This record gives sequence, C-alpha cells and structure tokens, in this order.
Amino acid sequence: MTITHFFTLIFWLTIKSDKNLNRTNMEPIFIEGTPKTPTIRFDANEGVFEIKGRSIPENSVEFYKPLVDWLDQYKESPLGKTVVNIRLEYFNTSSSKCILDVFKKLESIHKAKNDVEVNWFYEEDDEDMLEAGEDYESIIRVPFKMIEIVE
Amino acid sequence: MSFDVENYFSDITGESPILYFKGNIDSDLINRMLDTIEERLVSVNENPKLRKKVYNLLVESLQNLYHHVDKVPEGFEDQTAERFGIFKLLKVNDGYRIITGNFVRNEGVKELEEKLKRINGSTHEEITELYKFILNHQRISSKGGGGLGLVDIARKTGNKLDYLFKRYDDNNSFFYLNILVDNKK
Repeated sequence: MTITHFFTLIFWLTIKSDKNLNRTNMEPIFIEGTPKTPTIRFDANEGVFEIKGRSIPENSVEFYKPLVDWLDQYKESPLGKTVVNIRLEYFNTSSSKCILDVFKKLESIHKAKNDVEVNWFYEEDDEDMLEAGEDYESIIRVPFKMIEIVE
Repeated sequence: MSFDVENYFSDITGESPILYFKGNIDSDLINRMLDTIEERLVSVNENPKLRKKVYNLLVESLQNLYHHVDKVPEGFEDQTAERFGIFKLLKVNDGYRIITGNFVRNEGVKELEEKLKRINGSTHEEITELYKFILNHQRISSKGGGGLGLVDIARKTGNKLDYLFKRYDDNNSFFYLNILVDNKK
C-alpha cells in the first residue's frame, strides 16, 4: 500500500464514520395518530419507517414537511436496506401530494444504490386504496409490494 | 336581491336527508360532520366498502369547500361566514348523494366549468391518467388545494359530476355539485 493509498483509505473511513455518526445522531420521529393525522414511526437506526392510520388534515404540508426534511437528512447516510410500511385507512388528495414527496426522497435513496422497499397495505376489497398504491408504484422507481389485509 | 341558495334542494324530493348544513365551513365543523356521519353509517350497518367510499368522498367534498370557496358577495344574508358553504347528505336507493354549494367569482366560472367538462368527457382510464399527471406535476396552491379534488371524486364514484352554476349578480355565481356515491365502481 502506497502512502497515497493509505491516506485515501483514512479519508474514506473518516467520511464513512462521519456519515454513520450523522444517522445515529438523528432523533427518531414518533408521532401518535389522531382522527385526522397518521401514526408515524421513523427510526434511522432501524431502517424501518411506518405511516399508519388516517391522513386527512386540511393542511397536510404542515404535517409532512418535518418528515420530508428528516428523510433529506437520512438520505445522506442511509442504511443498506430501508423498509417503508404504509398502512393507511384513508387519505385525502392534499396528503397524496405530500406522500409523493416522501416517496421521492426514498427514490433518491434507492437511486444511490441502496435497497428500498415499500410495503403498501390495503384492506380487503378496498380497490381505491390498492389503485392509490399502484399510482405511486407507476410514478416512483422503487420496488412496491401490495399487501392485502384480510380480516 | 332575492336569491335563495337553498332553492336547488327543494327540487330534489323522494330522498331522505341525513345531514344538512349551511354556514361557515371551518376545520372543527368538518371534524364534527365527519364523526357524526361515520357513527351514523356504522349504526345502520352500512356495507363497509360503501361506507368507506362515502367517508372518503365526504372528506374530499368538504375540504374542497374549505379550500376553494370565494368570499360571500356584498349584500348576501350571511356576512359573518369567512367560508360560506352549504352541504347536504342524502340516502338514495342504492347509495348516497352528497351536495355542496359555494360562491365562485364569475371570472372563475369558465375555467371551473371547463375542468368539469373535461372530467365528464373522460373514460375511467383517462381520469386515472389525469389524476396521476396532476399528482406528479402540480404543486399545492396558495388556497391549500392540490387541484385533485374533483378528479378524485369522479374517479372514486365512477359517476359523472352533476353540477350547476346559478348567477347571483354581475360578479358572483353559486356553484352546486351533486355527487352520487353508489356501488357502481
């Protein structure tokens, strides 16, 4: 190993550990659901993110902006595999744009050669929710799994 | 000027009203109406699929009012409402009917009517493509709407949007939207 190689390696290891430090320093987001906003569990060190419940606020940008900003930071040093579980019962059209923003962040993580998987859950017979998942699947270049919840 | 925003409803007979509201549409009111109607649909054991569809469409139509109503014209009976609208939910034979009404500026009528005609002239597949296009390309407006409300309503019901513009004065019209939610789609 030449001296140049050695310094390159040290430099690379420093960058990598800095990036890992970035992620471990990230505060997880846990938000309890309300009748109009979903439960959120985003933990950078688990690499499993969840959006669950109802998303029907009048002002969805206010709710989703902190999540999109958080993903922007996570995107800098993501885990090798990130799994996203979407279990929505209802969401309004205003939320649908914000959810797309969340998926666009995931798409850029995937584009940077990291594994990203979206599990889109929908209740049995809820064709509207299945179609909504298929809409995102056709827009976003990230693998989607459609999972029917049978009661 | 005599103009009764409720006239339109008197033409619709033979259907049972579940809820009627006229006045200021704010966030608390939307919450209360949604809760009341959801409880009601559960208590009458409405088919879960139809119940879910009705709830979705109620959210969309009420928030459409919330985001898009224009200021009430001068001289109108209710000057206190910041977001004046009317809303009615009716039970019909094989589903429900949601009717909303709100003021729009006359200069905005043409654009809104063109949008409604475009939606009504489209097949289900074309509506799905339109929905995806708007979702992916249009930003949320200053009024807080995403421009998807009407397209979503047409897509989820599978029915044509029934609407009417009634001229109020030189500057304002009243816009009625009549949404039939049944098990068709």
